[in-house]
Amino acid sequence: MKVKETAQIVASDKLAENIYSMLLATTASQYAVPGQFINIYCNDGSKILPRPISICEIDKELGTLRVVYRVVGKGTAEFSNLKPGDTVEILGPLGNGFPLEEGKAIVVGGGIGVPPMLELAKELTGDVTAVLGYRTDDLFLADNFIDAAAEVVFATDDGSVGVHGTVVDAMKENDLRADVIYACGPKPMLKGVAEYADSIGAKCYVSMEERMACGVGACLGCVCQSKEVDNHSHVNNKRVCKDGPVFLSTEVVL
Amino acid sequence: MNTKVTIAGVEFQNPIMEASGTFGSGMEYGEFVDLNRLGAVVTKGVANVPWPGNPTPRIAEVSSGMLNAIGLQNPGVEVFCNRDLKFLENYKDTRVLVNVCGHSAEEYIEVVDRLADESRVDMLEINISCPNVKEGGIAFGQDPKAVEEITRLVKKHAKQPIVMKLSPNVTDIKVMAKAAEAGGADAISLINTLTGMKIDVERQNFVLANKTGGMSGPAVHPIAVRMVYECANAVNIPIIGMGGVSTWEDAVEMMLAGATAVSVGTANFFNPTATVDILDGMIDYMKRKKIDNITDIVGIVK
Ligand SMILES: Cc1cc2nc3c(=O)[nH]c(=O)nc-3n(C[C@H](O)[C@H](O)[C@H](O)COP(=O)(O)OP(=O)(O)OC[C@H]3O[C@@H](n4cnc5c(N)ncnc54)[C@H](O)[C@@H]3O)c2cc1C
Ligand SMILES: Cc1cc2nc3c(=O)[nH]c(=O)nc-3n(C[C@H](O)[C@H](O)[C@H](O)COP(=O)(O)O)c2cc1C
Ligand code: FES
Repeated sequence: MKVKETAQIVASDKLAENIYSMLLATTASQYAVPGQFINIYCNDGSKILPRPISICEIDKELGTLRVVYRVVGKGTAEFSNLKPGDTVEILGPLGNGFPLEEGKAIVVGGGIGVPPMLELAKELTGDVTAVLGYRTDDLFLADNFIDAAAEVVFATDDGSVGVHGTVVDAMKENDLRADVIYACGPKPMLKGVAEYADSIGAKCYVSMEERMACGVGACLGCVCQSKEVDNHSHVNNKRVCKDGPVFLSTEVVL
Repeated sequence: MNTKVTIAGVEFQNPIMEASGTFGSGMEYGEFVDLNRLGAVVTKGVANVPWPGNPTPRIAEVSSGMLNAIGLQNPGVEVFCNRDLKFLENYKDTRVLVNVCGHSAEEYIEVVDRLADESRVDMLEINISCPNVKEGGIAFGQDPKAVEEITRLVKKHAKQPIVMKLSPNVTDIKVMAKAAEAGGADAISLINTLTGMKIDVERQNFVLANKTGGMSGPAVHPIAVRMVYECANAVNIPIIGMGGVSTWEDAVEMMLAGATAVSVGTANFFNPTATVDILDGMIDYMKRKKIDNITDIVGIVK
């Protein structure tokens, strides 16, 4: 079930340069699963479109959702100025989420693709390795992953921590094996991860991103190219907001 | 108190509809609003065959508005009839307007013919004003002769009343409204989106893959009100007004300017219950102003 409601901000913190965390009290937490996202609306009405932000952590008992986001423009800048007690309009949870599969799993996050992997790492029941890629040694959320996963491998663009290179380099260097790989990050990274998964015979789920308007599957703004015809328009366009954001890597064109 | 309005013999329980392309066929927003409360569901444009639409990005935000370049992605009329119309069978209180698109006169006619015997279709809205497809679409909507011809042709084939959807991307929209009336249109609807462009200054490139997109949302509302007013004073057929309607005040404004019914589009994206919120606000306004029939306010501002 999706809810549209006013959510109260319980906590708002800066985690790293331009990276913020926001804890929201919302009934959407009761329906959320890892890999889903919420639409956050700006309080400034001139910014009419919602900002889709992935769910980083779910606490059903406390009734909260945590989101972690990078400030890249006016909307996210507005969110970063919100204080505990302030409110925002939200719609969610949206999208399909990651299917929780049995067996050994690798969760891969690159940059602002790291946050959505946290709740997944916590909910997976098998053995979990987290592979996290950052620009520098500003390793936001790393401690949470160390608690949630059996093993954590780092890759940094500047080589300051872990493998000097991409998350794919880190997987190769550590010769990581798994039954299933889950990934969120920029498209070239997803492509690399999908190829790596293929090479080790693992199933691979990727979380995609596209510009959105409605967030619920009505406007057809957010499509990505799919290999088979989609069941909405019977062309080769799946809706990231509704059919995704999580797809099998073999389902979509990366 | 009576919220009913009638357009070309079709009675609507109230004048509030949603605008084509912003609401699918109602399946998705049906989670948030009771579709049976709407005056009508207006479907996304339907073509003779599935259309894949434009490459992405298809969406850009602008101040108090947005640009879209969906390019009329749709599953084609066959799937539409078997799935979407079947779904709408469950909502008998609301009327159904099917928005029709095509690249050529023949394609429009093929859709119109296919829909002729579908009992769930109360009216056809003919989109001759989409700025996001290269052929057809807007090409029919920017030349009064072409507007009149396509209207006449569609009217000859259609079993349901036809609404011609006009483009604001013209010098004088009254000329197009008169052309549609001359061609036999039962009603007109306006405005479709205004062609716009957004450039990303960091990447020094277009935000939309299509370069241009149709602008909609609160920022276009005053233009839409002006155009509805102009058309209302130029033709004798009813008008469905749209463009930036986000609040009940916006909807009432449209009706005062001359619209018999009002469509809500982009507002659904920032308020999924916009349609019914607007309807409730309009009913409160009627009570407060002691308006017995909502039709009493249509076009009274001269
Ligand atoms: C399913 C999904 C999940 C996401 N999860 C996260 C997350 O967990 N953390 C995070 O930091 N970011 C996430 N993003 C990206 C986030 O939505 C954008 O960074 C944000 O919308 C930017 O808003 P802005 O106003 O600051 O930027 P502006 O550039 O001013 O935004 C202008 C418009 O473009 C849209 N936009 C800009 N960048 C993106 C983008 N990358 N993707 C989609 N729309 C964009 C905005 O929503 C807005 O409509 C996610 C995107 C999607 C589609
Ligand atoms: C995402 C999107 C898709 C649209 N698709 C269609 C369409 O398929 N057919 C059509 O006639 N108009 C289409 N329109 C135009 C709207 O129906 C409406 O005329 C316009 O957006 C102005 O109203 P608004 O400001 O309330 O959105 C679309 C608009 C948007 C924003
Ligand atoms: S954002 Fe509208 S369909 Fe995905």
